[in-house]
Amino acid sequence: MSLLEIKDLKVRVDDREILKGINLTVNEGEVHSIMGPNGSGKSTLAQVLARRETYEVTGGEVLFRGNNLLEMKAEEAACEGLFLAFQYPVEIPGISNAYFLRSALNAIRKHLGEDEMDAMDFLPLMREKLKLLDMNENLMNRSVNESFSGGEKKRNEILQMAVLQPKLAILDETDSGLDIDALRIVAQGVNAMRSPQRAILVVTHYQRLLNYIVPDYVHVLVNGRIVRSGGPELALELEEKGYGAPGAGADSASAAPA
Amino acid sequence: MSSNTDTIREFAQQEYKWGFVTDINEDRAPKGLNEEIIRFISAKKNEPDFMLEWRLKAFRHWATLQQSDAEPKWANIKYGPIDYQNISYYSAPKQKPNLKSLDELDPEIRRTYEKLGIPLEEQKMLAGVAVDAVFDSVSVATTFKAKLAEAGVIFCSFTEAVQKHPDLVKKYLGSVVPYTDNFFATLNSAVFSDGSFVYVPKGVRCPMELSTYFRINAAETGQFERTLIVADEGAYVSYLEGCTAPIRDENQLHAAVVELVALDDAQIKYSTVQNWYPGDKNGKGGIYNFVTKRGKCLGRNSKISWTQVETGSAITWKYPSCILQGDNSIGEFYSVALTNNYQQADTGTKMIHLGKNTRSTIVSKGISAGHGQNTYRGQVKILKEAAEARNYTQCDSLLIGDKCGAHTFPYIEVRNSSARMEHEASTSKIGEDQLFYLRQRGLKTEDAVSMIVNGFCKRVFRELPMEFAVEAQKLLSVSLEGSVG
Repeated sequence: MSLLEIKDLKVRVDDREILKGINLTVNEGEVHSIMGPNGSGKSTLAQVLARRETYEVTGGEVLFRGNNLLEMKAEEAACEGLFLAFQYPVEIPGISNAYFLRSALNAIRKHLGEDEMDAMDFLPLMREKLKLLDMNENLMNRSVNESFSGGEKKRNEILQMAVLQPKLAILDETDSGLDIDALRIVAQGVNAMRSPQRAILVVTHYQRLLNYIVPDYVHVLVNGRIVRSGGPELALELEEKGYGAPGAGADSASAAPA
Repeated sequence: MSSNTDTIREFAQQEYKWGFVTDINEDRAPKGLNEEIIRFISAKKNEPDFMLEWRLKAFRHWATLQQSDAEPKWANIKYGPIDYQNISYYSAPKQKPNLKSLDELDPEIRRTYEKLGIPLEEQKMLAGVAVDAVFDSVSVATTFKAKLAEAGVIFCSFTEAVQKHPDLVKKYLGSVVPYTDNFFATLNSAVFSDGSFVYVPKGVRCPMELSTYFRINAAETGQFERTLIVADEGAYVSYLEGCTAPIRDENQLHAAVVELVALDDAQIKYSTVQNWYPGDKNGKGGIYNFVTKRGKCLGRNSKISWTQVETGSAITWKYPSCILQGDNSIGEFYSVALTNNYQQADTGTKMIHLGKNTRSTIVSKGISAGHGQNTYRGQVKILKEAAEARNYTQCDSLLIGDKCGAHTFPYIEVRNSSARMEHEASTSKIGEDQLFYLRQRGLKTEDAVSMIVNGFCKRVFRELPMEFAVEAQKLLSVSLEGSVG
């Protein structure tokens, strides 16, 4: 059984078809990258998989760990092990980052029938993961993402992923807004999470993140369809020739500007 | 958003959990209001002449107010006319007078309090809370009296205070809220049936949190309690008030008065968690909560701090205020007011700066959900003599859904040019993006809403005593159930 099976997925937003029949299979232990120009539907795919309800699924099927993902609520998918690292992490004023993260962990543990973790047990776990991402502990006492720098927000996403230990992690444009040092640290954090029991789906516009997180498979998404799939070398080719180059796909990338 | 909405709907339909009715024998006055009733109440309480006189003066004044249609109409609330002659102004559980110990208390009443989770038992002293429980109109039991007496603190029912400490009552009753103050305060002055009295003597730090739990049980009764707290020079006291009422289809009137007096270097911290029955989800029934609360910082360097969490009542009309008379005195007001379904709240504060170097802080957090209407009304007045006065006001509104409303009416009056005033205000909405973010991390919609709201209220919850902060958070979650959509 594959971890994630997407069959002919069609999605509409405000009467406009954004995804026009996506097919993709991801197995445990694999790292896939979905690349594509702005407006090709990458983020829509990520959000639909995370079960954001503002999108209308008009066709197709998605199985996550053998179950119908499209019937799950966002929190159910999360508890089953699906994690989305947000492109734009959201601020929650007045709630400390540590409390938020522990609440999330406990919601998942509860779902799995495990005991909830108290603050004392949580602290060493949190510290270990903070170290991995070279993050300062004082970020944990601040309100969730409030007045975090762009880089801090992205690192905070990966920190959450490291604590929550998902089965499938979807990284939505995690590299955007990161300088080269931060990019390296974030990639390190992600690479440390690679495991035979886990799959990672890296959604990105640029190839540079893939220098650090080397994928097993690269898929090119253009105008709502996966037009090409290949190994890591495909990313390099795209970087060189652009999405509009011959061979990159039948549809022109410029047909769907950002 | 559709499944989101459903969850919220289910959540919202959760019922008021405190709506049970206790079956006990009551001793009550016939409906209606006239001098006979006032004399009846006063006689029931065996009051000295000065009390009866005071009540009668108040009643006569109220009668003129009512004739001239002086019931306040300026608040941003809507309700049908109240028939003041169709209310019983006195209701007391029938029981043996003068309880020697808690064991003599009517078991039904005790069970009611147990359901409410009030630590009435002496052995719960470890919790450090002394409770003066007011059941309908009379105070049924006061705990921890002995320990408080050791410290010289007087904490008793108002009725008892009138008997045992008439001089203190005479001196301070009406000194902050005179019987002529406003329509509802005047009504209260005429008919108040009980309440709490606290006196903390010079230099004494009250050894425990004092707490009163009010509950309206009888049908068609109003509750008119009166609280008077006096902190003598250098004294400190922290007082908590909590309220619930059973579910009834008709509206019930609650018109209380609270007076606080702080002398030189004294501090009073007054916290309220108000959860009166708010009416059902269609706006039927519920308590009309028309309350006058005011503190006077009479002495130099004195401080009065109000913290309120208002989640209940069909209508809330309430402005806990501070008169900053003593130089260097401090007034604070921290408020969370939540309106869900068809609840209406018009609440805020008044900070009246009279003394030099007086400071006031106002932090108001209004949450509106369902068809709730939430109004902040605040007055800051700096008088001519109040040199170097300072005020900081922060007034935030949070909207949940698109059928509710938030309104802000600040009144600022400055007569001394050395004053410094700051006013910040914001209105925000619980965003779909915030909810999705939290849900994507595994939190259920209701827990996500709760988390966002608690974050919004954090600045106020921080001011509550620890155990009450926890209770307030829970109460807020319950009150918000089913509010998103």
